[in-house]
Amino acid sequence: MASVLLIEDDAMLRRGMQLALSRHGHDVRVAGTGEEGLAAIETSRPEIVVLDLMLPGIDGVEVCRRIRRVDDLPVVMVTARGDDFDVVGGLEAGADDYVVKPVQPTVLDARIRAVLRRSVSSGEGVRAHGELRIDTTSLTVTLQGHVVPMTPIELRLLLTLSAAPGRVFTRQQLLEEVWDHDYLGDSRLVDNSVRRLRTKVEPDPASPVFVQTVRGFGYRFGPV
Amino acid sequence: MRLRPRLRGLRARLVAASALVAMLSVGAAVWAAAASASRSLVDSYERQVVRSTVDQVSAVAPTLTYPPDQESLDRAAGAVGPDAVVTFRDRRSAAEARTALVTDALRGAVRTGDGVVTQRVRVPEGAWLVVGVPVLATAPDGSARPSGVEVFVVQDLAEVQDQLDRMTRTVVATTAVTLPVAVLLALAAAGTVLRPVRRLRDTATRIAAGDLQARSEPRGADELADLTRTVNGMADAVQDSVTRLQRLQTDARRFAADVSHELRTPLSTLSAVVEVLDDAVDDLDEDARESARLAVAETARLVRLVEDLMEVARFDAGTARLQLDRLDVVEAVRRTLHARGWLGEVDLRVPAPDAQVWAVLDGRRLDVIVANLVGNALTHGARPVLVEVRSEADDVVVVVRDSGPGLSADALEHAFDRFSKGDPARSRGDGTGARPTPGSGLGLSLAWESAVLHGGVLTGDNDPEAGARFTLRLPRAGAGS
Repeated sequence: MASVLLIEDDAMLRRGMQLALSRHGHDVRVAGTGEEGLAAIETSRPEIVVLDLMLPGIDGVEVCRRIRRVDDLPVVMVTARGDDFDVVGGLEAGADDYVVKPVQPTVLDARIRAVLRRSVSSGEGVRAHGELRIDTTSLTVTLQGHVVPMTPIELRLLLTLSAAPGRVFTRQQLLEEVWDHDYLGDSRLVDNSVRRLRTKVEPDPASPVFVQTVRGFGYRFGPV
Repeated sequence: MRLRPRLRGLRARLVAASALVAMLSVGAAVWAAAASASRSLVDSYERQVVRSTVDQVSAVAPTLTYPPDQESLDRAAGAVGPDAVVTFRDRRSAAEARTALVTDALRGAVRTGDGVVTQRVRVPEGAWLVVGVPVLATAPDGSARPSGVEVFVVQDLAEVQDQLDRMTRTVVATTAVTLPVAVLLALAAAGTVLRPVRRLRDTATRIAAGDLQARSEPRGADELADLTRTVNGMADAVQDSVTRLQRLQTDARRFAADVSHELRTPLSTLSAVVEVLDDAVDDLDEDARESARLAVAETARLVRLVEDLMEVARFDAGTARLQLDRLDVVEAVRRTLHARGWLGEVDLRVPAPDAQVWAVLDGRRLDVIVANLVGNALTHGARPVLVEVRSEADDVVVVVRDSGPGLSADALEHAFDRFSKGDPARSRGDGTGARPTPGSGLGLSLAWESAVLHGGVLTGDNDPEAGARFTLRLPRAGAGS
């Protein structure tokens, strides 16, 4: 289904996950360290990276940061603790989603599919909002004529919000529509993705005009 | 309000006792001195009166003629003094008012005796001193014998009495002045005794409040210093024990956290491979198939246990943090039930068909709490199971009630203990995998801690009408507000 790069230092888990994800139809490559993983990204160009945060050498957070510096490769991180420190660190480094050990392969598979999904069920055509143009057919976004590279999650977040300018979406609604999470998703995913989205499409991310915060409720697009 | 116990306090008793002792001592000493002074004052006055009377009588006696006639008696009385009366047998000098005080008994005593007789007389008008002196006649042989003439002098004691009164007043005043002085001294003394006691009390209070480092500095070498040292020693012992216990507890908790942490990676592997196994289960022979299913079920159970243990570790380490979101609790509870296929199995009661109850909560933890309560009710109580969501003042209330016989008092008391025996969820599965994920025995305890973390409460009791009833009450405005 997708070409997955799994970066995991524990050999048993690496093999077990490779077996299970392959069973779900994915083409799984593996790497045992962050350095190996970064090299494998260059050579095998995976569609998505599943990244353990606790790695010997350069850790998962740093690997994620380096991926983000050059690429909009989707990243799902695997954290050993559901603790704030790990999750927040990973999300700030640019991960699109995360799962907590013990990992259920079906859950991981669902996350991978959601994070890779580009399609949205929101009309077709080109939406122009000031200097921001969103082409829902080719799924490209341009700002002042330049294409803005985005991960699928960021793209879907922008498409979902901009499909109904002025409408307020709660974080839970966004988690369900964009991340395909059940109703118990982590709202920090939304906040972090919104922050990254703003750095890409807002002329001034500190005072956003496109993706606006509605304090206490959630986010809305515009009004521009 | 504090006055009554204060009056009975050590300080009040010490002051009262010291003041009383001081008053009694001063009073007794002053009274004794005053009594002795007044006695000697009266005595010396009396001697002085007697001496002057005798002198005057001696001067008058030679002028008397025997037997004296009335005129002679009057003259003699006048010569002795204004308050004098001179008698000879039945005759007496012209009576002055006060000579009534000269009683027959006194006259008899003067007549029969052979010297000066004195008598103090107290009448309503005042105190008087009566002195009787017999006039001696010198016989031809040179001996002196009573001539029958007797001189009585009545002397007013008012002046002496005034002096005595003044003395009494001084005594009373002195005693009265002693009281405040004694109280002040007693207060000062009580202070020196009570200050260390109060310091000790403050120290004990701080220790009781949890400040195990609190100590009092022993001062001096008295009993209070001994007591202070004893208390300090006790505090040292308590602190040592508590520190040791805390270290043991911390070690045990860290161990549990580390163990569950270390279990996560192999459990992830197990989860991955048993899923593969589960997919291939149809190709296996019957024994292998059952084994595969058992492996799947038990892995799922292990996963849940480890997840619960990690949550326990978070609560123990104080690192559990709420992920607060504003959500509709009616919808959240409905989704919790729906996600587990329980919507058709319980009777969900909400304030109105389209009611919403908004609250700021950790949605994941609310889900865990409600799932635990409903799961327990469905598994161990009798149906129908009632789930009610309602809004009450500033709280949102979720009640889960089954229709079974209810819980015993013992089970209720320990319902929220970890691995509680009262938690029937602890009972193991029947080994056939029929119940895929039996409880870890931590569910209710974690639900309780989650409720507390929200600033709410989770209570269990028996509904008077039917079954065990668990009531979750959380503040709608979010924890800490």
